[in-house]
Amino acid sequence: MNIKSQKDFFSGLFYTVAGSAFAYGATNYTVGTGARMGPGYFPLLLGILLALIGAFVMFKALTVETQDGDKIGSWAWKPLLFIISGNVLFGILLGGLPSLGVPAMGLIAAILGTTLVVSLAGDTFKLKEVLVLATILSIGSYGAFVLLLKLQFPVWPTFITG
Amino acid sequence: MELFDNLALGFGVAFTFQNLIYAFIGCLLGTLIGVLPGVGPVATIAMLLPATYALPPVAALIMLAGIYYGAQYGGSTTAILVNLPGEASSVVTMIDGYQMARKGRAGPALAAAGLGSFFAGCVGTLILAAFAGPLTEVAFKFGPAEYFSLMILGLIGAVVLASGSLIKAVGMIVLGLLMGLIGTDVNSGVARFSFDIPELTDGVGFITIAMGVFGYGEIISNLSKPEEEREVFTAKVTGLMPTAEDFKNMVPAVLRGTFLGSALGILPGGGALLAAFAAYTIEKKTKLKPGEVPFGQGNIRGVASPESANNSASQTSFIPLLTLGIPPNAVMALMVGAMTIHNIQPGPQVMTSNPELFWGLIASMWIGNAMLIILNLPLIGIWIKLLTVPYRWLFPAIVLFCAIGVYSTNNNTWDIWMVAMFGVVGYTFIKLGMEPAPLLLGFILGPMMEENLRRAMLLSRGDWSVFVTRPLSAGLLAAAVLLLVIVALPSIKSKREEAFVEE
Repeated sequence: MNIKSQKDFFSGLFYTVAGSAFAYGATNYTVGTGARMGPGYFPLLLGILLALIGAFVMFKALTVETQDGDKIGSWAWKPLLFIISGNVLFGILLGGLPSLGVPAMGLIAAILGTTLVVSLAGDTFKLKEVLVLATILSIGSYGAFVLLLKLQFPVWPTFITG
Repeated sequence: MELFDNLALGFGVAFTFQNLIYAFIGCLLGTLIGVLPGVGPVATIAMLLPATYALPPVAALIMLAGIYYGAQYGGSTTAILVNLPGEASSVVTMIDGYQMARKGRAGPALAAAGLGSFFAGCVGTLILAAFAGPLTEVAFKFGPAEYFSLMILGLIGAVVLASGSLIKAVGMIVLGLLMGLIGTDVNSGVARFSFDIPELTDGVGFITIAMGVFGYGEIISNLSKPEEEREVFTAKVTGLMPTAEDFKNMVPAVLRGTFLGSALGILPGGGALLAAFAAYTIEKKTKLKPGEVPFGQGNIRGVASPESANNSASQTSFIPLLTLGIPPNAVMALMVGAMTIHNIQPGPQVMTSNPELFWGLIASMWIGNAMLIILNLPLIGIWIKLLTVPYRWLFPAIVLFCAIGVYSTNNNTWDIWMVAMFGVVGYTFIKLGMEPAPLLLGFILGPMMEENLRRAMLLSRGDWSVFVTRPLSAGLLAAAVLLLVIVALPSIKSKREEAFVEE
């Protein structure tokens, strides 16, 4: 069988899997009756509904013709990788990973590291420019978030401040 | 007149030094993100939510509201000068606005957009003030069954009016509702779908969803497209004043746009984007006067009408939020979040329990519009400069502010891992053509819907017919069904698909 709309087929699949997972999970909780709904009632109902919607979307994707097959197209791996890892790096540098013994490096280090990594996601990467940007961003963020808004951040690495 | 007393109270609140400052910051930020393509109000408001913790609730809401309607002003500048939609709702402004700029008439185009928006904003604010009272009265008659039906209508309306594939959008709503249920169930205390992770028993933070899906997802998608050559008409903005002839054409268009926008803003799923589209379509249908420039080649009406419409709609879309507590679009869903952060339960009781907040917010919108017209017309030069900032400097800053914002909501790195996950999910949504806005609406309404469903069913002793035997509830459900039927009609369906292709 040919998939007539790639996008729709996979979104349908996504719905069905997610709906079934929620519905299955809901059966672990008390479902109850209509008059006295348990914690499982509404999620079970919605999970089944979502799974059905997914099945319908998939069915349509297999039967209804589209002009160009609605291809998903290539994934932008580079931006995806660098944006997400830049974000994760921010968390690791800022708060550390106590379970792995990574110390917290604080806000400034996190901003510098994140800006460097995230900038790699673009088409052009000029180190000098990025360093200037990172410096401006760390000074600006320190001023705006720490001094002005008084948000609580570990600003410097823990081994310096103790 | 009670209305004037209330407005006087509102202006009293809005005219304090602190609130004026926050209204200004909101409008400034709104214009900024409106001008910059690729940054929308949803992501910005989500980014700034944590920063409003420390503020008093009135100031916080005034600022966040300013971002939303400020973005409608700023978006038109980019549309006219660069032919890029600075804001989604300025897409139609590009068609005629950019052509005007190419003919050396960027000034009048900007003025038409600015003045139209200002007029529309004032009218929208007045309508909001006038309608809020009576609608609140109605809302007090609502029981749980009515609320449940109203939410169904709201969610259906949101997808019918504002999205491409209907069934996929409904799927996104249901997915959002389910995600909203993650966390501790208030009635039984059972932690649902939490996988024994302590952070998940509080539920998924909606800021992480909004930023991951709208912020990171969009950035990744933007970066995957090759950078376009931008032609900015900076030197050519001379003489802002439209001619007398322009004014003659503009005024009726502004009036039509304002009226249409106000009406569409109140509808569930309505809001700025839809209003702008509808206004442009109507302008195109009206007859051209002899000697008038055709649409698509720089007709000033094609700028004035949609810009007025998107601004009045962004004001009136506060009506369902403030009177019923039901957000009609994704930005209003974030406003619900902002109100809950400050311990305000959105709904009809806001007006009586927090009158200074309610009327202060409304009055601030008028002040905000006055600030915006100054920010956007005489100071246009600054914004034009901003357009020359390349995207490669912007996106690292956006990612960084998202990460900082997410962390500071709970001072917890857990939220940073979550936003990374939602970033991947958000990009997947974009690739698969699934719209994220209905997901966010569903997510906000999920717990409310379950609660009202439970109460209604408890009162009816398990009888599902309660939703159709109570007249108000039945009416709301009938309206929802009617909407679905209308959209499914073949003739409407093809028109609707056409409209979204243009998008």
